[in-house]
Parts: sequence; structure tokens; C-alpha cells
Amino acid sequence: MTSTPMAADLVRQDARTLAQAIADKEVSAREVTQAYLDRIAAVDGEVHAYLYVDSDGALAAADSVDTRIAAGEQLGPLAGVPLALKDILTMRGVPTTCGSRILEGWRPPYDATVVERLRAADIIILGKTNMDEFAMGSSTEHSAYGPTRNPWDLERIPGGSGGGSAAALAAFEAALAIGTDTGGSIRQPAAVTGTVGVKPTYGAVSRFGLVALASSLDQAGPCARSVLDAAYLHAAIAGHDSRDSTSIHAPVPDVVAAATRADVRGLRIGLVKQLSGAGYQEGVAKRFGQAVDVLANLGAEIVEVSCPNFEYALAAYYLILPSEASSNLARFDGMRYGLRAGDDGERSVDQVMSMTREAGFGDEVKRRIMLGTYALSSGYYDAYYGQAQKVRRLITDDFAAAFDNVDVLISPTTPTTAFRIGEKIDDPLAMYLNDVATIPVNLAGNCAISIPIGLSPSDGLPVGLQVMAPAMADDRLYLVGGALEAALNDAWGHPLISEVPEL
Amino acid sequence: MTVSFEQAIADFAPVLGLEVHVELGTNSKMFCGCATEFGAEPNTQICPVCLGLPGSLPVLNETAVESTIRIGLALNCSIAPWCRFARKNYFYPDMPKDYQVSQYDEPLCTDGYLDVTVDGPDGPHIVRVEIERVHMEEDTGKLTHTGGATGRIHGADYSLVDYNRAGIPLIEIVTKPIPGTGALAPEVARAYVAELRDVLRSLEVSDVRMEEGSLRCDVNVSLHRADEPWGTRSETKNVNSLRSVERAVRSEIERQAAVLREGGRIVQETRHFHEDTGRSTPGRSKEQAEDYRYFPEPDLVPIAPDEQWIEQLRASLPELPSVKRDRLREAWGISAFELQSVVNAGAVQLVEETVLGGVDPSAARKWWTGTLLRTANERGVELADLGITPAHIAQIEQYIAAGTLNDKLARTVFDALIDGAESIDAVIADQGLGIVSDDSSLLAAIDAALAEQPDVAEKIRAGKVQAAGAIVGAVMKATKGQADAARVRTLLLERLGVA
Repeated sequence: MTSTPMAADLVRQDARTLAQAIADKEVSAREVTQAYLDRIAAVDGEVHAYLYVDSDGALAAADSVDTRIAAGEQLGPLAGVPLALKDILTMRGVPTTCGSRILEGWRPPYDATVVERLRAADIIILGKTNMDEFAMGSSTEHSAYGPTRNPWDLERIPGGSGGGSAAALAAFEAALAIGTDTGGSIRQPAAVTGTVGVKPTYGAVSRFGLVALASSLDQAGPCARSVLDAAYLHAAIAGHDSRDSTSIHAPVPDVVAAATRADVRGLRIGLVKQLSGAGYQEGVAKRFGQAVDVLANLGAEIVEVSCPNFEYALAAYYLILPSEASSNLARFDGMRYGLRAGDDGERSVDQVMSMTREAGFGDEVKRRIMLGTYALSSGYYDAYYGQAQKVRRLITDDFAAAFDNVDVLISPTTPTTAFRIGEKIDDPLAMYLNDVATIPVNLAGNCAISIPIGLSPSDGLPVGLQVMAPAMADDRLYLVGGALEAALNDAWGHPLISEVPEL
Repeated sequence: MTVSFEQAIADFAPVLGLEVHVELGTNSKMFCGCATEFGAEPNTQICPVCLGLPGSLPVLNETAVESTIRIGLALNCSIAPWCRFARKNYFYPDMPKDYQVSQYDEPLCTDGYLDVTVDGPDGPHIVRVEIERVHMEEDTGKLTHTGGATGRIHGADYSLVDYNRAGIPLIEIVTKPIPGTGALAPEVARAYVAELRDVLRSLEVSDVRMEEGSLRCDVNVSLHRADEPWGTRSETKNVNSLRSVERAVRSEIERQAAVLREGGRIVQETRHFHEDTGRSTPGRSKEQAEDYRYFPEPDLVPIAPDEQWIEQLRASLPELPSVKRDRLREAWGISAFELQSVVNAGAVQLVEETVLGGVDPSAARKWWTGTLLRTANERGVELADLGITPAHIAQIEQYIAAGTLNDKLARTVFDALIDGAESIDAVIADQGLGIVSDDSSLLAAIDAALAEQPDVAEKIRAGKVQAAGAIVGAVMKATKGQADAARVRTLLLERLGVA
């Protein structure tokens, strides 16, 4: 099948619209999947959202959906909808690289729990998306396989680490996507690509099969082009998993109902004082201010809230993350899978391990491994890792105090819109500052969503707003996100994503 | 220069420390559902979790926690109300994640003790060994080095890794330093490991087989002069039997004493014990301590055992070996000293089971701590591994009571069983053993003996009954020992009309 006008329309549909059309047999899952595969073939050369496209697997899964629908089976609410999977989640038999050379050629023998649940929901996995190596970065420029480009402006970054998943959505190369968020890797890409991204409560989505960056911070979550689609995907992947000890043993809040209700009347919304001001672009601040007005007009009560310890979040994060990462990434030693360098039959195990890691890891990964190794060293542990854990506690306390007073907190998702490829690659600190607003949520383990609130008047690029809610109150994200999205779409007359330039 | 043990002890006081690793006998591994069976084909009991594949996560085996708490309670430890695992980071190919999930500064059990009894100069002597901690960790895989001279990693052509063992629950039991044992140090070390093994066996938490590595002991020794602070310690690994524990302590005391007497310095190092020579060779130096960069394992939630659960476990502990020994000593009607010889022989359980099989306690003790212990020592194996069972003893005793066998024949039967004979009856049949109970053939042998020694016959007839021994001996010899000596004597005296 070639890219017909109908196919071009198909790829622009919301996931729920597609699922309904497939269930009603207006279009087959195979047609939808093929349309996306065609779209990938047409535009991914420019965007580079994907590292691997599993055409055969996707079409086989689509055929299975069609067969069962033809047999009269009732399938799930996202059955037949194509999805892009971040290349940090294992999928049986499909290459999983984490954006790194060190895992080149590795095909995991098992499915991540998220992948199992996607399959159980009959969601079609199109392939694996590009990312900063081992999720370390905010631009996908740290991918060993080359950067992903932002569909809004191909000279700009799509955010990171999950830039591939976000760009796949913005370029209509997938209807849904899975990201992972350790310090903002779902929300920041969502913000700079005009898409929706959710970091669920820590423990809400199983980490089994998610290649660990920082175990105490990592969380997989839904990415979509609408709040409702994200809610459906959230519901499909969340819930207790006995294979993840840190998985929460409690019912998943009804996020779909919340996204459908989309009502902020009577809600108390806190503006975080520390997540504004210096460092936030004028265009970002302007759109954020307008969105706050919209929420107020919708009936929310807006109050200012102070979270004084958020100031130290970035510093604490860049001790905890590298510490855990230095340990999590130790296993990539060339002994059992992936790259092995220097094994000439003469060199020792230690030398081969060292040469493999030298050859297989990029600069940013090495930088963080060294930082973490140092921070955990005997004699420095208390001053670095220990202190950072105390800051983490204080940030959690700041959230708790804030949520005593308000139902949700909001801030701009990122201080800036998408920057140019190469602009910050040599300045790690400038790169790290992209996540200043998203990191506190990871440290405290609660949840947040980023939704598009318009284009910055200064550069015409998307701006995101972040809603933060208490742990296990993920439904509030959708209540607020859904309401704001609906009001903005009404005002614009169309979703923001429809303004993305033709590729 | 060599220094004798006696000389070493005369000059220096030893301080011991013992670290025992025990593989728990759980059906599945510490953090995954893989089987733990010993001796399976390499890399057949593995999964993404124990292989540490990217993305895999550990889930704690609750039975392992329960076993550890039971061990802690049996060793009189406090159980932590809240504790965590830690990651011990170092690169080694037998460790799939290049870190070991272990417990560091938050062990599950702390501050206990175990009393052990050794033979002192004035009889049994009780030493209280204080336990510092009992903690959980995962075992590593097993490396096999091929090629090269030593079977060690250096010089090997290649190395193979078997990850079947990776992730098997391991308990580490660490003593506090044990000072003041003097010349008894080797016996104390052995007795501690033996007692610990018996405790663990009674708890049924491990099969505690040193030769299969399910119980492994590291021996720490330091020496100091009476008026000086404690010395630098060495850590001897690869100590794979109770006998080796004793020998390792003894040889390390001798070695360190020799170094110190020459004005040398003891290096903090890991040493490897060699079963064949009874000596150790230096391994890794620990002068530059490795930095393991411990930090709390973020993939596991803290362990917070419920107080009620701990009390349930305490209440359901089995009879511990020391209590059992007191009970048996009373039941068998023996002295503390006699009991200690059974303990030293490692025969408490064997004797107990033999008695339960209907054998008189003194006969049961006689066999296990006499003939069989000697044989075990000659063959360099543990008593329990001889291949003789309590059931064998019971059967032999029945045959002796029935007059079918005597002690000498029984020893022949035991030797044959140890050499692999199928059963007692098979040995008797194959070797034509068995007491000659046919009086007519005995009388024929008696007549033949009397004919050969007419002078002795005269003496007996004259009333010198004690001279009968010579004739009885001749008859026993003629029947190759297969006669009941008492019966021969009775028949002889009847024959000569002096009965």
C-alpha cells in the first residue's frame, strides 16, 4: 500500500479515534499500521525518530487484531493503535540499544512488563525510538546513533532523553509513544514538540524491563498527542507488577474518567515561586501566564506556593543520578552481551572490560559514571550522596507542605523552547538546566504531566505547562490537563499539533 | 625458620575471627524463581534476573528472610526492625551485574553468641563466641579456568562461567574477634564451625555441606604478645572441611609466629589454604583496601519484619544442638566427658539415630566413636560420609545378639560396606561369614585341638579351667573366627567333664 491521501489523514488521527474506527471496522488495524509504516518510510530519514522499525512484527500484530475483530471479539480501547517504544525498554527478539554502542546487536530474550501490557492491550508496537545514550541528556544529541530532529524545526532538538518518542508523535510517525522519565525525559520532549507527556507516580508503572539509569528516579509513562489518549495509554500500562519490588500495590487512579471529566472548578492550583523568573524565556513566561489565566477563568483558584528547597534539586539530582547510574551501568562490561572490545586472546579480563567500556560508552555516559563513582567513594559518600538524600527528603517535604494547601502545582515544563542542535552540546551545565523544573517531581516520586500551551511569540516554537500532583493522585493531572487542553483547543479552533509544519 | 605450634603459643596470643558463608537451602534463588539444585548442567538454572540482564529487577525471596531470622534467633541475635540491602560494587566476570546485592551497615541480625565446648586441660571447656552480625547476600557465579598451570585466573587460556550459582541466597555469619583461646585456638575454631553447622542443620535451612561449598569458612588470625595491642590479621580462604579449619588456624599461627620472631611484619592479606599440604599461600593483598562504593540498593524495598512474625519464628525454633546434647547425655546415662567424645567425633546425630533404631546407647557410641571413627580418620573422611548408616548398626547389633556375628566379623562387614558392598547380608553371603553354630562341627574342631595339645587337656581335666583359653583360641583360629567363643568354651568343658 502506498501513502494515499486517506493514509495521510489516518496518521494524524488521535489514538482513540483510530481505535474506534478499527473497532467499527471502518478501517483495519493493518491499514492503520501500514499508513504509519509508510509515514515512517517517508519522513524518518529527516526526523530520525526511530532506531529500529519492526514492520513484520507490527503488521502481524495488526492482523491478529483484525482477525479477532472480524470474529466479533471485543478488544481494548486502544486495540490496533500503533505506538513508538523508547529503545530503553526490552522487547523480546528486537534490538534494544538504549542509544548506546555498547548494546549494539543485543536482542533481549524477554519483554518488559510495559511491553507485555501493550501487547495485552493489542497496541501495535511499530519500533524502537531514539534517545540520549542510556537516557542521559535533554536533546537526543547524546545518542550514539545520531540526533533526532524536532519536526517543528529540523535544526532544533526534540528534547531528551526521549526525543525519539516525542518527535515520532509530532511527525505523525506514531499515534502513541512510551517514554521514560528520570529527570524530565518524558515531559521536556513533550514540551518542546507540542505533545503530551506524563511521568506517573514512582512505582505506578513497572520498571521490569526498563534498562535502569537511576533506579530510584526512573519511571515509564505515556506520550500522546492528546490528554485523553495519554490517559488511555496510562491505564493500559500502569498497575502493580510482582516482578518490580518498588511497584505500588494499589489500584490505579481512574485517569480516563479524569481526562474525560476535564474540570478544574473549585480546584486549588499552586504556582511554584521557585520555578519562574530568571532563566525562563520571555515567550515561555508569557504563554505560561496566559495559561494560568485560562485555568482561573475555568474556575480554578490560583495561589502562589513556595518550595524553597527546589533550589537545591538540580544539585542533589546530579549526585543521586550519577551515583545510581555508575552502579547500574557497571554490568556493561563486554562479558555477556553487546559490544566486546580488545579481546585478542592475550589481554586480561580487566583490560577487555576497560577497553569495551572505553569504546562503547559516549562522553556524557562516561562523565556521569565518573561523577557517580566519585560521589559514592569512601570518604566522600556522606558529603555527596548522603547530603543529596537529605535534600531529597526536604524536597519531598516541600511537596507535602504544598499539597496540604493546594490540589496541584503548576510551572512551565522547561525554561526555554527547543534550542538548536549543537547549541549546548559542549556545555553540560547549560544542558542540565533544561530539567530544572521537572527534576523535583522525580526526586519526590510524585507525578506530573506536560501539555502544550501554545507557541512562543519570540520563536514560534511550542511551550509546555507542567502540572504536578501528589503521589497516586495521577488522576488530577488529567483533570487539569484535560480542562486546559479543551479550553485552549476551543480558543485556537484546533489542537496545537495541527500547526506542525509539513515535512 | 619454622616455629612449632607450642613455641608460637608460648610467645604469642592468637586472636581469631571466623566468617562463615552458608548457602540457604531455599527452592529458588534470592531474587528470582530459578532452581538452586546443586550439580546441574552449567547455565541451566538461569533467567534474566540472575543473569543481571539489562532491565531485570530483583524480588526478594521471603523464605530466605525467614531462614535468616531463624538463624539470627538461634544465635541469640537481635533482629533489626528495619534494614536494607546495599550494593557492593566491583568488577568481576562471575558477578553478572558487576555489583553484589548484599547487606552492609544494616544487617538483619546483630549481636548474638554461640557457646562451644572444647577439650581443655581439665575436661570440657565452654567458650562463648560472640556473633557480630548475620546478613544476607547473593552468591556469585562460578569460574572455571582452563589451561595454565594452577587452575587460577592468571595464566589460564580461557575461563568459563557458570551462573547457576549466581543469586543463590547466601548468609554470612561473622564473629566478633575471639581473644583468649591460646593453645585451644585451633580447636575453638573447629568447634565453632562444627557447632554452627549443627545449629544450621537443626534449623533445616541449609544442607551445610562444606565439600559442596554450601558452608564456607574464612579464617582470620592475628598474633600479639601478651602486653601488646592486637596484631595485623590475615584472612585464609578455601578452608573446606572442619579438619581444615583446625589445620588452617594452627598453620597460620605457626607461620605468623615465625615471621614475627624474625622481626618481620604481618601483611594484611587474603591467603588460600591448600588441603594437600595443610599450608596456605598468599593471595590478594588488602593493604590498599578496595573501595566497594556501598549504597542502599534502590531496586529493593526495605525489610521490616513484623514483631509478631519474629516471635512466631522464635517460638517455632527446633531443639537446638546444645539443649539436645544435655537431653541425650541424661538419656544415655553418660558423663560430660563421654558426651564430648561423641561430639568431637561429630557423631551426636548418628548415635542418636542409631539409638532410635533400637540399639543400646553404649553399643551405638562404641561403634561410632570407636571402630568407625578410626576408619574415617584413616580414610580422611567425615564420619557421616563413610557410607555406614544407623540402620546398618541396628542390623549388625541384631545379628550379634542372635549369635550370627561377633564383633570381629562385624568389623569385616563394616569394611566391606565402606568399600561399597550392597548390604550386610550380601557381605555375609559373599564372604561366607557367619558364626558356626553347628555343635557337631565345633566338637570336631575341639577334639582336633585337644588331640594337638594333650598336656593342656590334662590341665583342664585336673581343674585348671583357665587353661581352656588355649583350646578355645585354637578352635577360633581353626574356624577363622566364625565361632561363638563362649559356646566353644561351654562345649569344651562339657567334653572334658568339668562343666
